[in-house]
Amino acid sequence: MKQKRSRNKIGYFIKEGASSIFSHGFMSVSAICVIIACLIIMGSFALVSVNIGAQIAKIESDNQMIAYVDDVLSRESAIALEDDLLKVENVASVQFVTREQAMDEFLDEQEDPSLFDGVEASVLEDRYIVYVDDVEQIEATKVALEQVEGISDIRLQLDVANGIITARNVVMIISIVLIIVLSIVSVFIMSNTIKLTTFERREEIAVMKMVGATDSFIRWPFVYEGLIMGLFGGLLAFLLQWGIYTLMSDLIGAYSIATLIDIIPFRNMIQYVLPVFLGAGFLVGIGGSLSAIKNYLKV
Amino acid sequence: MVVMTDVYKAYENGIRAINGVSMTINDGEFVFLVGPSGSGKSTVIKLLTGEVAPTSGELIVNDFDLNQIKPKTMPYMRRTLGVIFQDFRLVEKKTVYENVAFAMRVVGASNREIRKRVPYVLELVGLSNKQKMLPNELSGGEQQRVAIARALVNNPKMIIADEPTGNLDPSRSLEIMLLLEKINELGTTVLTVTHERELVNRFYKRVIAIDNGRIISDGMDGYYNYESEAEQGTEAEENECEAETQPE
Ligand SMILES: Nc1ncnc2c1ncn2[C@@H]1O[C@H](COP(=O)(O)OP(=O)(O)O)[C@@H](O)[C@H]1O
Ligand SMILES: [Mg+2]
Repeated sequence: MKQKRSRNKIGYFIKEGASSIFSHGFMSVSAICVIIACLIIMGSFALVSVNIGAQIAKIESDNQMIAYVDDVLSRESAIALEDDLLKVENVASVQFVTREQAMDEFLDEQEDPSLFDGVEASVLEDRYIVYVDDVEQIEATKVALEQVEGISDIRLQLDVANGIITARNVVMIISIVLIIVLSIVSVFIMSNTIKLTTFERREEIAVMKMVGATDSFIRWPFVYEGLIMGLFGGLLAFLLQWGIYTLMSDLIGAYSIATLIDIIPFRNMIQYVLPVFLGAGFLVGIGGSLSAIKNYLKV
Repeated sequence: MVVMTDVYKAYENGIRAINGVSMTINDGEFVFLVGPSGSGKSTVIKLLTGEVAPTSGELIVNDFDLNQIKPKTMPYMRRTLGVIFQDFRLVEKKTVYENVAFAMRVVGASNREIRKRVPYVLELVGLSNKQKMLPNELSGGEQQRVAIARALVNNPKMIIADEPTGNLDPSRSLEIMLLLEKINELGTTVLTVTHERELVNRFYKRVIAIDNGRIISDGMDGYYNYESEAEQGTEAEENECEAETQPE
């Protein structure tokens, strides 16, 4: 019996909530649009930052420096350097490459190896390829490696790594600022839309109080109104985000050196993006409706 | 049952609307509360419905002590009252049936209970054939009967009506009063605020007269006594001036 009653009530709340969404179509549509816009802006920055993060992880995984071995060292002492190099902080692993192997690799990369026919491997140095754990520490690691006796020079492509790290940090800060600002904006707009409903229904609310409705009973239809709008906005934003993301990654794939940037396919992220979007819609909906109704529940 | 003991009410703006009112209304009574405009009648009603809190004094309504009552309990106190206003306060976009059913839904009644009870109450107020109409398709008297049906539908112990006939012509007013009398005869306590002397004097009921926030008479003698006090312009001297009988 009790259960039947509460199902009965929930049906009533949802019906009331939904009907007031339709009765101010324009306000509701604008509120939903604002939520969608906010979510897509936040989502786009977050997705860009996730992609840069993945890019950095990829660079980190094959990020390498080349440590050249001093010419004066014998092959044996050069090989013995491995232990010294591994002792340096942040060094993950090292790989010894002889000057002959280096020459072969160099020639392999040339379109016309015959040009270098007379060149001896002795013009090159024996070298180590050094892999690091943390790409952000790579510069300090470089300095430390230079101190190792028997190492003549270190070469690394630091500019790329630095650029990417800076880009990620900037995008991350922008994302966080946007998430905060746009959340406040969404809740504010949502709250004002529902305030319109509470204002239109102030007489109904007064009647409800007069006949002995509890505050929570009065509150529920408005909460459902916010909830339906928030979840609906979240779902639409998710679908739009999917479209925009796919379009953008196709464009980037078509117009850039495709191998340099690996874009994470959207379908690999659905499991995170969908719950986040729906969750954000849910919170904005609840937050907006509670802040809208609180003034009416004082008497 | 209502017990008011030495109740004072001053509004935030300093107006002292009620100045030491004590009265008891027993279960099953029919009481008129009369007095000129601004004398504090509506304030008494608002005190009883918990819309305003007394500044001092004791106030008990249907066993709820309004001095101690918690906000969470207030709705349950209000369910023991059925309130009716001069301006009907119907929800314009709901039909007659829905307006009455709404009051039941709000207190958590099941659909089955609602389907059983609403037609019965509409029958009682004589609106069985207008259930599907909207309030603005009805006359004032009919709208007030919808409001009465709504006030009755949750079976309150007491009906409180603040100038229920203020917007109606005399013959409709009489109909409404007769309906309230019928409801009282069915067992519900009725407290009706009015300043229509003719109407009050057609019923032989208890009349509490109030002026300047004080009770100036309380008895079965009709509105006439009170009126003469007001005309003489005498400030009420607490309970002294109560039963000054004047020849008609
Ligand atoms: N909400 C309020 N705030 C301040 N003063 C009020 C308020 N309601 C009523 N009053 C004042 O209290 C006095 C009594 O008013 P009221 O109880 O409405 O009288 P009545 O219903 O007999 O006409 C009047 O002077 C009125 O102006
Ligand atoms: Mg009044």
